[in-house]
Amino acid sequence: MSETTRTTVKKPSMAVEIAGIKLRNPVMPASGTFGYGEEYAPFLDLEKIGAIVTKGLSLKPKAGNPTPRIAETISGMLNAIGLQNVGIEAFIQHKMPFLRTLNTPVIANFFGNTLEEYGEVAKRLNDIPEIAAGELNISCPNVKRGGIVFGTDPKAASEVVALVRKQLQKPLIVKLTPNVTDITVVARAVEEAGADAISCINTITGMSVDIHTRKPRIANRTGGLSGPAIRPIAVRMVHQVVQTVSVPVIGIGGISRPMDALEFLIVGAKAVQVGTANFVDPSVIQTIIDGIEEFCIDEGIEDIHELIGSLKL
Amino acid sequence: MKNYRTKIISNQEISPGYYRMRILAPGFSETAHSGQFVMFRVQRSLPPLLRRPFGIFRTGSLPADCDGLPPKEFVEIVYKVVGRGTTIMAELHEGDKVELLGPLGNGFDAPSCDGERILVGGGIGLVPLYMLAGELVEKGCNVRLLMGGRTRDDIFAVTEFERLGVETYVSTDDGSLGEEGVVTKVLERKLQKFPKAEVFACGPMPMLCAVRDICVANKTPLQVSLEESMACGVGACLGCVVKGAGHTEERPSYLCTCKVGPVFKAQYLDWNALAQSHGCGGCE
Repeated sequence: MSETTRTTVKKPSMAVEIAGIKLRNPVMPASGTFGYGEEYAPFLDLEKIGAIVTKGLSLKPKAGNPTPRIAETISGMLNAIGLQNVGIEAFIQHKMPFLRTLNTPVIANFFGNTLEEYGEVAKRLNDIPEIAAGELNISCPNVKRGGIVFGTDPKAASEVVALVRKQLQKPLIVKLTPNVTDITVVARAVEEAGADAISCINTITGMSVDIHTRKPRIANRTGGLSGPAIRPIAVRMVHQVVQTVSVPVIGIGGISRPMDALEFLIVGAKAVQVGTANFVDPSVIQTIIDGIEEFCIDEGIEDIHELIGSLKL
Repeated sequence: MKNYRTKIISNQEISPGYYRMRILAPGFSETAHSGQFVMFRVQRSLPPLLRRPFGIFRTGSLPADCDGLPPKEFVEIVYKVVGRGTTIMAELHEGDKVELLGPLGNGFDAPSCDGERILVGGGIGLVPLYMLAGELVEKGCNVRLLMGGRTRDDIFAVTEFERLGVETYVSTDDGSLGEEGVVTKVLERKLQKFPKAEVFACGPMPMLCAVRDICVANKTPLQVSLEESMACGVGACLGCVVKGAGHTEERPSYLCTCKVGPVFKAQYLDWNALAQSHGCGGCE
C-alpha cells in the first residue's frame, strides 16, 4: 500500500476534567472493587486508566462485617463487607509508596463513623500531595454508623459535606446513595454545601435468603446490590442528577461493557466508574476504554465531549 | 498469575457428579504450586456473573504432535456439579472458549521430609492434594492419603494417586466403598501408628474441624485448604475473609482466603468462628 492511499485513523480526544483533575480518559474503578490499585497491576496498565479510586479509608483500621459477606444474585451480587480497610495511617505508609510511582491521578475514597472523623480523615489527606481528590462516602448501606446515615438525609449530608469542604484542601467528590426517594434532593443539598463533583450511584440495598437453611445469604442480613442488574436504575438516577446540578457527575452502576459506559456518558456523566465487573474480568477497564475509543472512531467523534450529555429527548 | 483467554482440551465425568476439565494454559505449570487455585469464568454471557474458584488438580503438558509445535501445557481442575455455574460447566466441550485466572493464592508449605505425611481429603477436597502428594513423593516422603466421602461416588482418582506412589485408604459414610465410617476415624488410627506425622487436609468444614481437633490432641502439625465464596480471587473484594486466631472485636484479624490462603497452618485460624460461619457447631 502506498503512502498516499493509507488512511490514518484519527484517535479521538478522550481527556476530561473533573473538578480540576485532568483525566486521560473518563474510565476509573469504583471504590472497593480495585483494592488499593496494586492488586490489579498484573492485569492492566494502571497508567492507561483515567484514575485510581482507593478502597474507602477511615481514621482507624476497620475490621468489617462478619461472614458470609457476599452472595451472587441474578446478574448481580450482594455485598456487606462493612468498609474493611487498613486505616489512613497504614494507607499512607504501605499503599501510597506504590501509588506514588504512578502517573495516574489517585482519588482517595474516605468515610468516618462520626462527623468529626470525616473531618479528621479529610485533614489527613491534605498531607498526601499525590492524592488528586477525595471521594466522600456518605452512602455505604452496610455499616451502622457513618455512611448511609449521612447520605439519606439532605440536612445531614449537607452538614458533613460543608465540614469536609472546610477541611479538605483538594477537590471534593461526594458519592451518593440510591436508597432514597428522590436522589435529586440530596444531590442539590451536597452541591450547595460545596461538593465539586458528584459520583452516583452506590449499591442498592437488597436481601437474599437461602431457602434450605431459611437464613439470609449474608451475615449482615441485607447488603448492597451491584452489577449489571442495577444499571438501568443507575442510568436513570445519573440522568436525574445531571439535570439537577451543575457540578460534574461521575456515573456508576453495573458498567461491564463499553456500551454500558457510553450510556452514562450520553446521559451526561463526565466520567464513569467500573465496579463489580473488575471481579469478573480484571482487565475490563482497559477493554471499556478501548471500546469507547473505537465507538468514537466509528461514529466520527473527535472529542469525547461531543458525546457527553448528548442525550436526545 | 495471568488471565488466560483459552479453550478446553477435555471435560469428562470421572465419577457420578464429578468432572475433570483440562484447559490449555501455556506457562501455567511453571508458576503453579500445590494448593493454589484458579478463578474460572463459566461463560462470557450472563448469568452466572461471578467467576468460580477451583482448586488445581494438576498441571502438565501434552507431547508435541506431528505439526512440530511446542508441547501444549495445560491445567486440570476437578469440580462437583452443585449449582448453576457447575451445571453449565458440565455441558462444555473440547474447543469451547473459557477464561481462567491463576494460579492464585498461597499453597501448601512442604519443605522437607522427616516422617510420615498424611493427607486427608473429603470429596471434592481431594483435588488440591494430588499435586501435593506428587511433590511430597518426589521429596522422598512416605505419603498416606485418607480419602473420605458420603458414598463411593465421592471417591475419585484413586488410581492416579496410587500411581504417584501414595498409599490410599478409603472410607465412606455408607460403606459403599472401603471402610464404613468417617475418614477422621482412620486418621486417629494412623496418628497412633505414626505419632510424628504431619497432616494436610481439605474437605467440608465438619471434617476439617474434626481433623483439627484430632491434630491438636496429638500435637500434630496441620495445614488446611479452605473453601470460601469469593468474587475476585485477588484480594480486592474482601468477601472471602476468615477470622485469624486471636481475633477480637477490638483487635480484629480477617484473613483473605484468596490471598493469605487458601492453605493455612491450622494454628493461625479461629476455628470456632470457622465452624460457626459454616453452620457446623464449634470446634473444641
